[in-house]
Amino acid sequence: MSEVLIIAEHDGARLNPSTARCVTCASQIEGARITIGLWGSGIAAIAAQAAALQGVARVLSFDAPGNAAPLAAVLAPQVAALAKAYTHVLAPSTTFGKDLLPRIAALLNLPALSDIMAVESPQRFRRPIYAGNAILTVEVDAPLVLATVRTASFQAAPAGGSAPVEAGEVSVAPPTHTRLVELAVTHSDRPDLQTARRVVSGGRALGSAEKFQSVVQDLADALGAAVGASRAAVDAGYAANDLQVGQTGKIIAPDLYIALGISGAIQHMTGIKDARTIVAINKDADAPIFEAADIGLVGDLFEIVPALRAAIQSRSRT
Amino acid sequence: MKRILVGIKRVVDYNVRIRVKPDNSGVITDGVKLSINPFDEIALEEALRLKERGAAEEVVVASIGPADVQAQLRTALAMGADRALLVETATPLEPLDAAKALLKLVEREQPLLALLGKQAIDDDNNQTGQMLAALWNRPQATFASKVVLDGNTARVTREVDAGLETLEVDLPAVITVDLRLNEPRFVKLPEIIKAKKKPLETLSLASLGITPQPRLRALHYAAPQPRARGVLVKDVNELVEALAARDLI
Repeated sequence: MSEVLIIAEHDGARLNPSTARCVTCASQIEGARITIGLWGSGIAAIAAQAAALQGVARVLSFDAPGNAAPLAAVLAPQVAALAKAYTHVLAPSTTFGKDLLPRIAALLNLPALSDIMAVESPQRFRRPIYAGNAILTVEVDAPLVLATVRTASFQAAPAGGSAPVEAGEVSVAPPTHTRLVELAVTHSDRPDLQTARRVVSGGRALGSAEKFQSVVQDLADALGAAVGASRAAVDAGYAANDLQVGQTGKIIAPDLYIALGISGAIQHMTGIKDARTIVAINKDADAPIFEAADIGLVGDLFEIVPALRAAIQSRSRT
Repeated sequence: MKRILVGIKRVVDYNVRIRVKPDNSGVITDGVKLSINPFDEIALEEALRLKERGAAEEVVVASIGPADVQAQLRTALAMGADRALLVETATPLEPLDAAKALLKLVEREQPLLALLGKQAIDDDNNQTGQMLAALWNRPQATFASKVVLDGNTARVTREVDAGLETLEVDLPAVITVDLRLNEPRFVKLPEIIKAKKKPLETLSLASLGITPQPRLRALHYAAPQPRARGVLVKDVNELVEALAARDLI
């Protein structure tokens, strides 16, 4: 029997889809009974979303004004206080989970595992190292396993469940040394990059923020896709940092990934290697992206993309 | 003294193509170039800039590793750090033990800030800074893209999935840095010569009272599964057909 606690991620209004992927990971741990721990303020609706995930046994909701901001320093002592009742504590390998989970582990004097991509046994997992250039099988010698879950490696658990929601008691006085000043969210009508089924990404070859806007975003709109960018494009100022795909940006697994003018540095490929179909359009036939692409087209993206967009639009009209 | 402690880790240089050993016992590190972890170099650059702006008076770099990590610490001194500490150990430490060793240094040096890279590019753990902050019982601001010190607080902009988050933390605190915080300076030859005279102190784990407790057993290293070879299409029409054949449009 494994008692698994998943730390839910949310934005104050909705459950982040990474939580459902953690549920799938947890369900692969033998004999798992899954509890979702939810910290926030005014989170009844989010608790209901968590309770509806299939495979969840119960939701523990810590609804308190002090939990409104997802601060590791505030949440870690609360999670640590519960952790003794569990064999596993999981969080998504997002900036939220990566920030929080090691802090919990250290409070418990326990090691943590980052980015688990496969469950081999309740104590044994696989995870990528060296930007995904090697896969490590690692065994944890501890009574409680704390890990972040590489969400691109697991499908989201479907809805349709109906687990009970219990109110948890916050028993720890939160520290006041860390305060949220603001969160500047990048607003977009497009699908969310991390969970989108289709992604169109642009690289340095776009040449300017204006061209990035017109070429990449137009094709994304025609496909109903999210927009991503290579590190080079972000560093050049063509795209916002939260669009970066790769080792140090977002790791994604869409059904379709279209890379426009992206050379395919290993750090970028790390972020997309779980994509089902990778399409590369690049004028450099020797670009490494073509080694990983399922479909490649060598040519000038400024000519190809408008033609591709027109072809897609004419198909969708017929 | 207003001091910043910067943690640096020596890693396989980011330009090296990583290969797994034929017996799956690790990755090949013999004879490959070793460098300061790029994120830690950004942390050091930020510490130097804070000192240059008058927000700090001394920058101390610390590393944990074998004796020849002195080479990377000398590079850090040449970049402008004032002195260096090497916690010598032949066996690599897990992040929790590394954080415990750094805690000892923090207790000794009493810095107003501990600056580290957000992750090392070898094991990609992204844990040590957060663990140090927990053990130290101090604030953490991870994935920083902007750091402003103001009296007893730091205002840190963090790169998070949703956008940019700004935290205010009381000092002392742990800050881990992301790629876009700055671009580290190049080291000039006169600085390399000068750095040879800067103090570099070697400490043993035992002298810090640390007994490593490895609890993560590495069983097997494998090369990632290569993707199946794809097809090259020659024009947009073929591309559209290929996408349609896969039900993607």
